Amino acid sequence: MSLAVTLPGLALKNPVMPASGCFGFGKEYSQFFDLNELGAIIVKAATGEARYGNPTPRVAETSSGMLNAIGLQNPGVDNIIADELPFLSRFDTPVIANIAGSTVEEYVKVAETLNKSNDLSAIELNISCPNVKEGGVQFGTDPELAKEVTYKVKQASNYPVYVKLSPNVTNITTMAKAVVDAGADGLSMINTLTGMQINLKKRAPIIANKTGGLSGPAIKPVAIRMIYEVRQALSDIPIIGMGGIMTAEDVLEFLLAGANAVAVGTANFQNPHACPEIIAELPGILSKYGFESVEEAIGKGHVHG
Amino acid sequence: MITKQSLEINSHIQIAEDTFEVVLQSSLSKELKPGQFVHIQLPGHMLRRPVSIANVNPEAETFTMIFKIFGEGTRNLSKYQAGEFLDVILPCGTHYPIEDLSLEHALLVGGGIGVPPLYYLGTKLKEKGVKVTSVLGFQSASHVFYEEKFQQLGETFIATNDGTYGQKGFVTDIISKLDKPIDYYFSCGPTPMLQAVTSQLADQKGYISLEERMGCGVGTCYACVVPLKADPSKNKKICKDGPVFPANEVNLA
Repeated sequence: MSLAVTLPGLALKNPVMPASGCFGFGKEYSQFFDLNELGAIIVKAATGEARYGNPTPRVAETSSGMLNAIGLQNPGVDNIIADELPFLSRFDTPVIANIAGSTVEEYVKVAETLNKSNDLSAIELNISCPNVKEGGVQFGTDPELAKEVTYKVKQASNYPVYVKLSPNVTNITTMAKAVVDAGADGLSMINTLTGMQINLKKRAPIIANKTGGLSGPAIKPVAIRMIYEVRQALSDIPIIGMGGIMTAEDVLEFLLAGANAVAVGTANFQNPHACPEIIAELPGILSKYGFESVEEAIGKGHVHG
Repeated sequence: MITKQSLEINSHIQIAEDTFEVVLQSSLSKELKPGQFVHIQLPGHMLRRPVSIANVNPEAETFTMIFKIFGEGTRNLSKYQAGEFLDVILPCGTHYPIEDLSLEHALLVGGGIGVPPLYYLGTKLKEKGVKVTSVLGFQSASHVFYEEKFQQLGETFIATNDGTYGQKGFVTDIISKLDKPIDYYFSCGPTPMLQAVTSQLADQKGYISLEERMGCGVGTCYACVVPLKADPSKNKKICKDGPVFPANEVNLA
């Protein structure tokens, strides 16, 4: 049984990686398991300067999921290169940096700065954070802005660029085509869906930011549908799929929809061993459903007519 | 080292209104320090629930936690019984650094579900020969727990909001009448209480323990942060840098 997948810049021993923002920079979860077991690691978003994020509460539990509005808290790209990424270089696991910004110039600056690091294999361009006032999701909902930021980051970066798409759009394939036209090496999808939860006693939204990004199993059918649609429209673009993956069966469903690899997000919070447990179960699940490798399953869920 | 374990419940009893005491069997019990918490998974819930440690029995390899029903998660937790198992991450967070402190007389100030970690702390202080005075606040008589246990550690005063037990009012009303010299205070409770206590005892050295809605509970997700007093634009993580902080370090406003 081969779990290996090869994507631009990424030779993955298996297709499972923790999603950005759900794994910090790896140190905490390295206490629970050997990070060498992971296919790759997508670290928390980097911005040009340190950010301290939104007021609290920043999270709320929902039916089959959670809302978060962290607000891109991170120590800034320079500190991430100096203090966080070297720890991950000891593992035989590719590292993908996630970059965010308020302006095209900030995205470009972060991408250029990350060229100085020798500890990376690829970049995930976060044009879909719903929780910051400026930047983030506006780049992910306007095809022209998405195209511009993708093109300029692609020009600036030495690394393959995977663009993380927002599900908060009417037509996901329009967005996917726009960033692929602009030179994206791959797609990463989906980010969280904007949501809200109101506390009945307090008569006010639970999250201080009022809205937050919905993640977890609640959004999995949306992710599957969007990956399926983009795979129909773009047969060759590499896709890292994510959205509510909790089990190896979920991974297979994403592969069938057309994802080449997957990221596990919210599940890490519930179970720190979620990624290695899913990886361990994947061969048995692939075999149960008649596949001899991960590669063989990719896109096999599409029916014609 | 922080670990996820499946722990058997040795006992699970109600000790006050909506308040439950659970004793869990864990090989890590002896590593748990006062102020730390455990992070509990409940079936059907996406996020774990942080619960503070109320006592440890190192010989029996058990620890005690006390929680109150606040929502569906804790309601679910209240229905467990002895012999069942819980999925627990432990130990989480920082502890009251009493091994580094030179003190003769400590004041414990607890409110509601902030009372339990102070009990474990109080037992450790007493072991060190520290004199302990406790001021505990509860909503009403039906919510009071552990009064006798605290009395065994030292002089103990109870306040209830509605005056149905002890003194009517807040812990700060009792503290204002204490004129005994203390070296340090240690406080845990709702944020409004901590605000009142830290401003009342602004010229005293102390440590406070905070709670907040948590995501991961291990320091990766940045959900539970508290602004710093020195620069409120910056913050620290309650689950990893805390939950125990020097009283003057964090901005509770």
